[in-house]
Amino acid sequence: MDKRAVFRSWWLPTAFALPQLALIALFFYWPAVAVVRWAFTLEPPFGGSAEFVGLANFREVFADPLYWNSVLVSLTFALAGTLSTIFIGLVLALAVDRQLPGSGAVRFLYILPYAIAGPAAGMAFRFILSPERGLMASVNAVLPDFWNPAKYGSHALILVIVVFAWKWAGYTFIFLLAGLQSVPKSLTEAAAMDGSGPIRRAIDIQIPLLAPTLFFLTVIMMTEGFVGPDTYGIVARTTDGGPNHGTDVMVYRIVEEAFRGLNYSGASAQSIVLIGLIMIFTFIQFRFIERRVHYK
Amino acid sequence: MADITIRAVRKSYGKTATLHGIDLAFASGEFVVILGPSGCGKSTLLRMIAGLEDITGGEIEINGRVVNALEPRERGCAMVFQNYALYPHMTVADNIGYALKVAGVPKAERRTRIAETARIVGLGDYLERKPAALSGGQRQRVAMARAIIREPGVFLFDEPLSNLDATLRVTMRAEIRKLHQRLSATSVFVTHDQVEAMTLADKLVVMNKGHVEQVGQPLDIYHRPASTFVASFIGAPPMNLIDCSIDATDAVARHEHLAIPVPAAISAALGGRAVTLGIRPEECRVLPVGQGLPARVDFVEELGSGRIVHVAFGSRIFAAAIPADIRVVPGDLIGLALPEAQLHVFHRETGKRIDVTHSTGRLGRHQGQDAAPQAAEAV
Repeated sequence: MDKRAVFRSWWLPTAFALPQLALIALFFYWPAVAVVRWAFTLEPPFGGSAEFVGLANFREVFADPLYWNSVLVSLTFALAGTLSTIFIGLVLALAVDRQLPGSGAVRFLYILPYAIAGPAAGMAFRFILSPERGLMASVNAVLPDFWNPAKYGSHALILVIVVFAWKWAGYTFIFLLAGLQSVPKSLTEAAAMDGSGPIRRAIDIQIPLLAPTLFFLTVIMMTEGFVGPDTYGIVARTTDGGPNHGTDVMVYRIVEEAFRGLNYSGASAQSIVLIGLIMIFTFIQFRFIERRVHYK
Repeated sequence: MADITIRAVRKSYGKTATLHGIDLAFASGEFVVILGPSGCGKSTLLRMIAGLEDITGGEIEINGRVVNALEPRERGCAMVFQNYALYPHMTVADNIGYALKVAGVPKAERRTRIAETARIVGLGDYLERKPAALSGGQRQRVAMARAIIREPGVFLFDEPLSNLDATLRVTMRAEIRKLHQRLSATSVFVTHDQVEAMTLADKLVVMNKGHVEQVGQPLDIYHRPASTFVASFIGAPPMNLIDCSIDATDAVARHEHLAIPVPAAISAALGGRAVTLGIRPEECRVLPVGQGLPARVDFVEELGSGRIVHVAFGSRIFAAAIPADIRVVPGDLIGLALPEAQLHVFHRETGKRIDVTHSTGRLGRHQGQDAAPQAAEAV
């Protein structure tokens, strides 16, 4: 790998890179810069010249108790979503990895939900878990109001987490199955000879060796839960952020403020805080968890 | 201490059969080596004893108990894997003690037993290291310690030395043998290396294509191979084989223009038959041209202690081990002497050994276990 082909001129490689650069500039840097600018100005909702207001937008955001509610909801959603997707994906992957008859077919079935758009899954689950007609209706008939996401914020939050887990468990499953298949078979065999049963083997041998995959998935799923387009789509289609802001996750609140409330400045300030939060989380994960991951 | 009985054991994957009815019996405390080329089914057989492969047909009995339906942990076997299969995330101590931990042995007792076992294999100073920080030989010792600590009735070794370099292999071979003398557990050792097989085995099992070719003590197998396969698989360089027809009137075997002298008993018993004659390179003698049978030197391999000459002999290339003081160069014409008493006779079609009792000239078959049925299939 010491010989490299190098372009002689500067304009040819630039020309090759130009389409990609243009796309990134148009859809990433420009909006990002615009958001930063809006966050520090007061943007009139119906056009006109913006006024620089310093940190006033941030002060307003932090003073709003509904904002802190949405931070809490987002944290709960992302944590519960991450844990449940990884747990379900892991259990399914461990089961499929045993290569019992029919595991090829169920492997396909387990991946399938990932191909379905989050909002569509959300719509479906609105009916599947509807308190009047869905799976829980018979429980509600015995214990009234046992399950009512239209009435209780906590139930609604559980509902969107279920939708998120249903869809994303297939994604973690793929990675975890691939990870399990790269654990040498002789290790589980050696553990079997040492007297360890399937569940003990999973806990003692397979899961520790999956640590890099689990770490990767934690970072990815936390980010997905906080800012993923699916998070917005699921909440918007399933609960509309309600009832009483019970599922008002940060991304949903930002979009609502910006495009329904036409408060571009406030939404931009919230976006910046959200980006900062994601960066802090990722930093913490890399700083404190990654070093405990065995890559060998 | 446990004895193992294997009865008509078969293995197939889908429609492909890899083991075709294996019958073997290993006595308690015996060191058994299963030798064969890769793909002969020897590892599969070992893994079936361990409980890591299902048994398609037949029975395996350990200590008088049929184990077909038992989980690996219930069979009382410990296994050393070819790639050691050490748990990479655990320290050496945890690796060695894992079986005890699973068995729920209290921590204090566990610690003393780990220390004791590590001392036996000479790993006392490495208990806190991870496997990645060990050399190949040390990993091998951890793998053995992990097997020893369970005090199993049966030790299974799946080509445990094949990942080591040549020097270490010789050392570990000796250590495995010493360990066996000390623990006297029944050991089953699978290898494709005939030197390992000859040096380690109390009982040697030679396998080929899913069949047992021969079972016996290493020297018996070396001196009386039951088939041309065994003859050419054991010994380095392998036994020279040449197709001949035994002359009915003279005591010679003819191959093209060559007439190889054979004992009178052989020509009396097998006159007119087509056979394969075999002779070990160590038994061939090189004479000046004009004596013995004519041959031409093809090339010479130096071994230091002696040399191997490969000679064109009829349409065959024969190897002959000669002392260092005989000098030959490629192209030399020489004479080759094949001592009559050292000739092995094999059936031309089946490859099975034919024994001729010298005194009576009576024809007899070698008593190789289950020799006859698979021979027909192998040809």
